Amino acid sequence: MSSTTYSRRRFLQTGGTLTGGLLVSFFIPASAKRLGEKAASADVLFVPNAYLSITPDNNIKILLSHVEMGQGVWTTLPMLMAEELDCDWDKISVEHAPPGEPYKHTAYGIQITGGSTSTWSEFDRYRNAGATARALLVQAAAQKLNVPVSAIKTEKGFVIAGDKRISYGELAEAASKLPAPTNVTLKDKKDWQYLGKPMRRLDAKAKTNGAAKFGLDVYFPDMLIAVVAHSPVFGGTVKTFDASAAKAVKGVRDVVKIPTGVAVIADHFWAAKKGRDALKIDWDPGAGKSFDTVSQFQEYKKLAGTKGTPAGKAGAVDEAMPKTTKKIQAEYIFPYLAHATMEPMNCTVKVTGNTCEIWTGTQMPGLDQAAAAKILGFKPEQVTLHTQFLGGGFGRRATPGSDFVSEAVQVAKASGKPIKLVWSREDDMRGGYYRPAFLHQVTIGLGNDGLPAAWQHRIVGQSIVAGTPFEGMIKDGIDATSVEGVNDSPYLESIPNYSIELHSPKTPVSVLWWRSVGHTHTAFVMETLIDELATAAGKDPVAYRRSILKSKRHLGVLELAAEKAGWNNPLPAGQFRGIAVHESFGSFVAQVAEISIDKGQLKVHRVVCAVDCGTAINPEGVRAQMESGIIFGLTAVLYGEITLENGQVKQRNFHDYKILRMNEAPLIEVHILESGEKMGGCGEPGTPPIAPAIANAIFAATGKRVRQLPLKPADLKQA
Amino acid sequence: MRTGRITQCSIGIIVVLTAASLSFNKANKVTSDRSVSENAFLQVYKVFMSPRCMNCHPAGDVPLQGDDNHLHPQGVKRGADGKGVYALKCANCHQPQNTPGLDMPPGVPDWHLPPADMRMVFQGKTAHELALQIKDPKQNGGKSPQDLIEHMKTDLVKWAWEPGDGRNKPPMSYNEFYNQFKLWIDKGAVVPN
Amino acid sequence: MITLTVNDQSYTVDVEPTMPLLWVLRDVLHLTGTKYGCGMAQCGACTVHLNGEAVRSCVTTVARAVNQKVITIEGLSSNNTHPLQRAWAEEDVPQCGYCQSGQIMSAAVLLRENPNPTDQDIDDAMSGNICRCGTYQRIRKAIHRAASLQKEGGVQ
Repeated sequence: MSSTTYSRRRFLQTGGTLTGGLLVSFFIPASAKRLGEKAASADVLFVPNAYLSITPDNNIKILLSHVEMGQGVWTTLPMLMAEELDCDWDKISVEHAPPGEPYKHTAYGIQITGGSTSTWSEFDRYRNAGATARALLVQAAAQKLNVPVSAIKTEKGFVIAGDKRISYGELAEAASKLPAPTNVTLKDKKDWQYLGKPMRRLDAKAKTNGAAKFGLDVYFPDMLIAVVAHSPVFGGTVKTFDASAAKAVKGVRDVVKIPTGVAVIADHFWAAKKGRDALKIDWDPGAGKSFDTVSQFQEYKKLAGTKGTPAGKAGAVDEAMPKTTKKIQAEYIFPYLAHATMEPMNCTVKVTGNTCEIWTGTQMPGLDQAAAAKILGFKPEQVTLHTQFLGGGFGRRATPGSDFVSEAVQVAKASGKPIKLVWSREDDMRGGYYRPAFLHQVTIGLGNDGLPAAWQHRIVGQSIVAGTPFEGMIKDGIDATSVEGVNDSPYLESIPNYSIELHSPKTPVSVLWWRSVGHTHTAFVMETLIDELATAAGKDPVAYRRSILKSKRHLGVLELAAEKAGWNNPLPAGQFRGIAVHESFGSFVAQVAEISIDKGQLKVHRVVCAVDCGTAINPEGVRAQMESGIIFGLTAVLYGEITLENGQVKQRNFHDYKILRMNEAPLIEVHILESGEKMGGCGEPGTPPIAPAIANAIFAATGKRVRQLPLKPADLKQA
Repeated sequence: MRTGRITQCSIGIIVVLTAASLSFNKANKVTSDRSVSENAFLQVYKVFMSPRCMNCHPAGDVPLQGDDNHLHPQGVKRGADGKGVYALKCANCHQPQNTPGLDMPPGVPDWHLPPADMRMVFQGKTAHELALQIKDPKQNGGKSPQDLIEHMKTDLVKWAWEPGDGRNKPPMSYNEFYNQFKLWIDKGAVVPN
Repeated sequence: MITLTVNDQSYTVDVEPTMPLLWVLRDVLHLTGTKYGCGMAQCGACTVHLNGEAVRSCVTTVARAVNQKVITIEGLSSNNTHPLQRAWAEEDVPQCGYCQSGQIMSAAVLLRENPNPTDQDIDDAMSGNICRCGTYQRIRKAIHRAASLQKEGGVQ
């Protein structure tokens, strides 16, 4: 890769900090390119002091446009900055940026952390910020020492010219008075000192001594705790309530009605929860009370028997299907899934006069700020939002409707008190926003060559974006998040006749993106079906995929995973393996799962994972995200299921919505294929392949195909 | 030592039975006691096999939970003293009293399983096997019949009848259970066939 | 009034004796390193040491802690010097980090009682602590590493 000059981005202004340091300010490109992708044209916008500041004592503060929820941007984005700034890694401190124009996503145009995009979407912007700051510091040094810029080197936070050595901190004030360069040259990949090297997390220390502040840890004097009684049925409302017993609980200060229920405000969580338990509420459950997941799937099954909205088409399935000699028909069922972040939803709100301060862990601070402002009748700039560490996100903290932030603001507004809204685990489990339940019906006609000649695929499930501010994402009746992974499957290239159709029924249940979104179910369907086709063709699963896949990057990780797993070598007696390969969020991941089944219990011994995310900026972070995605996906395979009866969620807590534990965790090996191709993300792509890899291994063990998740005891018995 | 009583008693029964022709009346009383004892055990057996008792007398080294006797999650293990291991000791979650609420940890002081050297397995045992095991000092921690009766008075045993929110109790009252257990011992601790 | 000792400091708090220790630590003493995850001893995020044992503070009444010794993550070591804290950073364990206080407090009991834990010992000690980010493999490695560090004299 050659070095790139970014003349488009002009850096017009810098400014001194109050303490005499440097703040770098510059134009923000509205869209970024991925590495290996042609640069997009960009509207630019001037905003000062956006991404870093340098103090006189040579400390570097980096502001994050994306939020840290475990995926490692607290480290990766500073790496991008440090690479070009040439600063001392040990002198970096990191903070979440407030809501603001400079921090809007370079590809999405709103401030959001999601879609496994943080690293590639900031690849230019943060390197540029670093390079610009460095150029200014070098310029300042050149003036001070009266030497040409070309005579100056930088190293670990120092400018070096001959035997002179000046810290960035000493130069910061002078640098801040210089005009920013109109273009900067970024380093060539071969010269990288941080990027591509495994770097340890900058947040590790704070996360091992109790110092890291999550939303739930916010405290200031006079702050009270609010716990809300929500309708047990989605869409239900309060008819009447009696708060007298609640108010009698020691420590309870107030009880207020808000649009989403009744809030009990108390000195501490325990009093608030006891107060809530003592509330007597007469709910109007509304239309949602008759909803249950058993009849939901019966409805979905009926819908799948009818034509849906076209989401992808080639040839003529209706004509081709009858001509095929052998058919495979399959129906798949996927339940609602809760994100179950370790930190339950929470938000702290303090309204003072005409300003509002909010502390929370959120993936969309800008939207939350706007939502809060709207409730209070404020302008967004009257609302300050302090993003805290997120105790897990997985999509749950990116609600288009800002659910928990809005609720906290409503409580603060109704009570006139500064409050920290805390959802109990039960509130969190039952409070909605689930991976939508889905049903797939697929009919495949095989040609005489054993290859699929006709493929009819109907998908039934709620749209995530319908009825939200993101509804505009629906194109021609298709919410891409419902069909991604099927209608862009690399296998379609080899199938002459296919039809992919979608039904998007509405239900009372609120749904949301859940780590890897549509790929959570589409990868399962596609990769188990391909395995089934391999069996039908009498071919080895890897060899079959090799014969039908044309995508180089799919093949790359498939071969790497197979090789590293020793695909062609026998396993110990009683162990079986399965493979799956899937692209999501621009990254290509193949996984081989090795399992055994003992007394009806599934044991996953090892998972070998190969990933091609283009360029691994922090390989250690990439490995960590693959490990994380695999455990997340495996949890869903074994346990993940939210069910409803009479409109109410049955699961409550981790005893009935189980999470994989240490004694169930397989050995995971991650192999990175450094392709240098277009960059993809890593937060999510590790999740989709594990479920089909496990199911394919179960088939190898039992001769039975898994059609429904989570696994049922019958799935683990011999055919 | 008191531990020998059951054995002596059993030998006594055998002697009496083989010498039954010597005294019809005596033999009749013995037969009657025998069946009273046996029946008493069959009653308490129902309690022993109820989830509240069996779950802490598992066949393996993992305690059980629920009326379906599923394995305790968290990979909890018995440990040498029956009190769990490392960060998963029973008392880390099980308080001196039941924690209120559905599916909350039940508790009494000193919540534990039988220790590893006296596993006292209930799970999977027939009445015959269980009775043999309970009265065998080599398997019951050297307990005499009187010690066994005393064990039934402990908080841990009585907990089964105060099992906390949402848990079913054993199929008879504590007093009935206690009386039947005592009767079993008093009438000879007969092992049902 | 209830008196308790946390991280070698004595506190007097005006709370009901049945209030879980967790909420006394978090909402009264503002020691927020100990986390709330489930409130029913399922997840281990609230693990603290009560007389050296890894109790789940969400179900432990504050009454049980009266006149006993409570250590939270904040009091495990000064300046992150406990072998587990060092190992956690070296193995890049935390992701979201929310569960890690509890993980470390559990692991500390394991290492104290078994300075050379096997993988099975780690499973036996650590399966009460849920990590939704799935850092189990790294926790396992970090515990092994901490065991080595401990042998080299890293104990506080």
